[in-house]
Amino acid sequence: MTDPRPGLIGRRLEGVDGIIAVSSGKGGVGKSMVASTLALHLAEKGHSVGLLDLDFTSPATHVILGIDGLFPEEEYGIIPPVTHGINYMSITFFALDKPTPLRGADVSDAITELLAITRWGDLDRLIIDMPPGLGDATLDVIRFIEGIRFLVVTTPSKVAYETVRKQLALLKKLQIPIIGVVENMTREPTDYVSLKVENDGAQYLGAIGYDERLEESIGDEARLKETKFYAEASKLYSKIN
Amino acid sequence: MHEWALAEGVIQTATGIAEEQGLEKITEIVVRIGELQQIEHDILQFALEQLRTPLMKDAKYTLETIPGKLKCRICDEEWTFNPQGVGEAESEAIHFVPEVAHAYISCPSCGSPDFQILEGRGVLLASITGVKPDD
Ligand SMILES: Nc1ncnc2c1ncn2[C@@H]1O[C@H](COP(=O)(O)OP(=O)(O)OP(=O)(O)O)[C@@H](O)[C@H]1O
Ligand SMILES: [Mg+2]
Ligand SMILES: [Zn+2]
Repeated sequence: MTDPRPGLIGRRLEGVDGIIAVSSGKGGVGKSMVASTLALHLAEKGHSVGLLDLDFTSPATHVILGIDGLFPEEEYGIIPPVTHGINYMSITFFALDKPTPLRGADVSDAITELLAITRWGDLDRLIIDMPPGLGDATLDVIRFIEGIRFLVVTTPSKVAYETVRKQLALLKKLQIPIIGVVENMTREPTDYVSLKVENDGAQYLGAIGYDERLEESIGDEARLKETKFYAEASKLYSKIN
Repeated sequence: MHEWALAEGVIQTATGIAEEQGLEKITEIVVRIGELQQIEHDILQFALEQLRTPLMKDAKYTLETIPGKLKCRICDEEWTFNPQGVGEAESEAIHFVPEVAHAYISCPSCGSPDFQILEGRGVLLASITGVKPDD
């Protein structure tokens, strides 16, 4: 008995030049904000970009970008709808706003299915919003997606970095390229994280300050692009190739 | 039409296995279709026909249907998926990603969505038969 899907994944992604997983060992650090705004930033710069939300229990990029009322087209597979200049795919299309309680093996199966049937076409960059941690989704994208690179998000907290440090060690051990570490929600300048990151052999890309006014811009692309968050984040993103 | 994507997977995987086993032609491909995914057999069959390569030009395609067997992890109840009880939008969603069934289906005995898909989830390549050059 052979699963016919994994063999398709490489083909589905062959038109994509670079794939970036926005990830963190830790939850709630701003991965979805970073993934969404990175996709917006690249689209704004004129790149063709895809955004794949792989967080099946708490998908969030559709809320951040205000995506509603879309559904992928079925054509020899499924074609991501284009919104805000981004080719977009998320489990929310299929969960219809219901909670989807999934165990590990199911998560893995659902990820395999989505990667095997989604036809991204030609893209400069595909951004993947990852669920927190080093579980099934992380192991699956590493297993299935050749050439994937990780953009790692942390907060200034020692508690967050403790897990991020382990994630960096794991990625290194597996020889997965790490683009760098973004320090999000800083409240005052400290060099705790930047020193740690360099010590742990990764590139520190910079900090994004805590933005009091970010919340009121959620769901509205134009307002998101006017936030302090977006301005600071875009500066970091321009260092990413 | 997403049957095409799965048919492509079947052909590609069968080709890989044939190469591994050194087959010069494939005579039969057996595909198991889990009922949970509600695959359109005609479309899958048609797609498989269209995607034939010289390696499998005379191969017989055998499509077997496997009922979607679910088992509750809480109370051990086992039951068979019945698409009749599921709405159209929900059915379509399960068709694309069968795991979202956990959002729409729960155990008929205790109501828990924490069930296991024992078998009959989606499309599997059950076996291929073929001939080697020296057969
Ligand atoms: N720099 C920031 N300033 C203010 N609020 C922020 C900032 N970055 C993120 N947030 C807010 O923090 C919350 C968590 O962000 P987000 O959902 O992006 O985190 P996450 O890492 O994706 O979480 P999860 O692990 O649940 O996927 C959100 O409400 C988001 O708007
Ligand atoms: Mg998130
Ligand atoms: Zn039960």
